[in-house]
Amino acid sequence: MAESAALYLRLVRAQIRAQWQYRASFVLQLFGAFALTFVDFLSVLVIFSHLPYLAGWSLGEVAFLYGTSYIAFQFADLTVGQLDGLGDKVQRGDFDLVLIRPRGTLFQLLASDIALRRLGAMAQAGVVLGFAFSLVNVHWTLGRVLVLLTMPITGFLVFAGVWIIGATTTFWTTRSMELVNSVTYGGQFLTSYPMNVYGAWLRRIFIFAVPLAFVNYFPALYVLDKRDPLGAPDFVRFLAPAVAVALLVVASRIWRFGVRHYRSTGS
Amino acid sequence: MRAESYGARLLTAADRLLYSAVRHGEAQLSRPPSRGVRGFGVPCERARKAIGSEMALYWQVALRGFRRYATYRAATFAGVFTNTIFGFLRAYVMIALYAGRGSIGGFDLRDTLTYTFVTQGMLMVVYIWNWWEIALTIRSGDIVTDFARPLNYQLYWLAQDVGRATYHAIFRGIPPFVIGAVVFSLRLPAHPWTWLFFLLSMYLAVAVSFAFRFMLNLSAFWLFDYRGIGSIAAAVWTFLSGFAVPIALFPGTLQTVARALPFAAFVNTPVEIFLEKQQGWALLGALAYQLGWALALLAAGRLALSAAERKVVVQGG
Repeated sequence: MAESAALYLRLVRAQIRAQWQYRASFVLQLFGAFALTFVDFLSVLVIFSHLPYLAGWSLGEVAFLYGTSYIAFQFADLTVGQLDGLGDKVQRGDFDLVLIRPRGTLFQLLASDIALRRLGAMAQAGVVLGFAFSLVNVHWTLGRVLVLLTMPITGFLVFAGVWIIGATTTFWTTRSMELVNSVTYGGQFLTSYPMNVYGAWLRRIFIFAVPLAFVNYFPALYVLDKRDPLGAPDFVRFLAPAVAVALLVVASRIWRFGVRHYRSTGS
Repeated sequence: MRAESYGARLLTAADRLLYSAVRHGEAQLSRPPSRGVRGFGVPCERARKAIGSEMALYWQVALRGFRRYATYRAATFAGVFTNTIFGFLRAYVMIALYAGRGSIGGFDLRDTLTYTFVTQGMLMVVYIWNWWEIALTIRSGDIVTDFARPLNYQLYWLAQDVGRATYHAIFRGIPPFVIGAVVFSLRLPAHPWTWLFFLLSMYLAVAVSFAFRFMLNLSAFWLFDYRGIGSIAAAVWTFLSGFAVPIALFPGTLQTVARALPFAAFVNTPVEIFLEKQQGWALLGALAYQLGWALALLAAGRLALSAAERKVVVQGG
C-alpha cells in the first residue's frame, strides 16, 4: 500500500514536470478552467438577483453547496476522470497492456494522464466557498468542523465510486461513457443546487440509486444547521462517510468483475 | 505555401472536389468505403454531371457533412440522453426560481422551461464546446492539402458545418424537446410562420457560431496549444450566449451588454424567436442582428485565413 502510494506520487510528479514543459499553455488551461467554473457560478448569481431564497436556501447556502460540490467533483475528475477514455482502450484492445503489468489495473489507469488544469477549477471553487462563508453565519462546533473537513473527501469518494462503476460498463459496451457522463458531469450540476429543488423521482434516484445526495446535501444540512425540507431523519446527515466507503467497496467489486469479463480484440 | 502535388494535378477539378468530400465525409471516419467510392470511378462520372455549378458543389459537401454524423448512432443516442437529463435538472432549478412568481423579465415559467429544452436541443446544433476539426488538421499538417484544393476553404467548411448542424438539429435537437414536453408543459409557436423564422434564425446562429469556431481553430496556427484559449472561449460563450440562463433574466446593464455582443446570436436569439418574443420589425431586427454579426465574423475569419495561409510552412520535399 505504502509502496503503491509512493509510486503514485512519483508518477504524478513526472506528469507535473511534463505538463509544466508547456508553461504558457498550462497557465492558459488553468485560467480557462477557473473561468469556466466562474461562469457557472454567474448563473447562480443571476438566479439570486431575482429572489432571496431558492427553495428555502439563501445565496450563501447555495454557494456553500456549489463550492463543496465543485471541490469534490474536480478532485474526482482529476484522479478518476481518465476512465472516460477506457472505452477506447477496450475497443482497441489496449487494455491488454494494463493486464500484463505487475500492478493493479485500476491503479495503473488512475496513475496515468492526470489533467492538472483541473486545479484551476478547484481554486475557483475555493473562492466561491470563501464567498459562501462571508454570507452565512455558521455556529461552529467541533462536530461541524469535523463534518466540513470530511466533506471534500467523502464527496470525492462518492463521485469516484459512481465514476468507476460507470466506467466498468464499458467493458461490455465500449461506448457507454457518454451515458455515464450524465451522472458524473450531470452530478456536478445536480449537487450545486439543493436536492429539494428537484422532482421526487429524480431525488429518489440520486438518494437511493446513485447516492449523489451524500456528496454535499445531507452533510450541508448539518453544517448549516438547516431543517431538511425533505424530512429525512437526522442521522442521515452523518451517513456520508459510510455511504462513500460502501460505494467504493461495491465499485471495486464491480471493477474486478468487469476486468474478468474483458475480452481483447483478438487481432 | 500552396502546394500543387503531382497527384492533385492529375485530378480534374470535379474529381478533387469529390475526393475532398469523400475524404472528409467517409474516409475520415475510418469506415470502409461504401459502394462506388473505391477508386472514385463511378461517383466521379455522376459528380461531373451533378456538379453543374458552385452551389451544387457546396450542396454536396453539406450533404456529406450530414451523412458523416449519421454514422454515429450510439453517440447520438447517448448524447440525447445526457442532454435530456441536463434539461430536467435545469428545468427543476427554473421551477424553483419561479415559485410564487408570475413573470421575470417578460418570461413566465412556461417560456423559461421551453427555453431550457430548446437550448438543450441547440447545444449540438451550434456546437458550443470542443469543435477542433480544423485545428487537428493544422496539427497533423493535413491542412496543406486542403488549402491546395480549388475551393473556398472557409465556404467549404461552412457548407460541411451546415450539413452537420442539420443532422444535429433533427436527431439531437428534437428528441430532448419532445421528451421535455412530455414531462413539463412547454410552449409551441402559435403562428405557423414562426417555424420558418426560427429555422432561418437557427441557420444564422450556426453561421455565427461557425464563424467563431473557425477563427478559434485557426488560432492553432499561432498558438502552440489551442485548448487553453478554447476553454476560455467556451466559458464566455456558455454564459453570454444565454445558454446557461436566458438573457431575459440577466439584470439590467448586463442584459443590455449581452444583447449587443455577438454571442447572444447563437443561442438566445433563435430561442426568443421560437417563443415569439419579437414581432414585426423587432423580429426583422433580431434576424438582421444575427446576419450582421455572421457576415462581420465570417469576413474577420477570411482575414485570419489569409494571414494563416501566408504562415504555412511545409516540411520535407
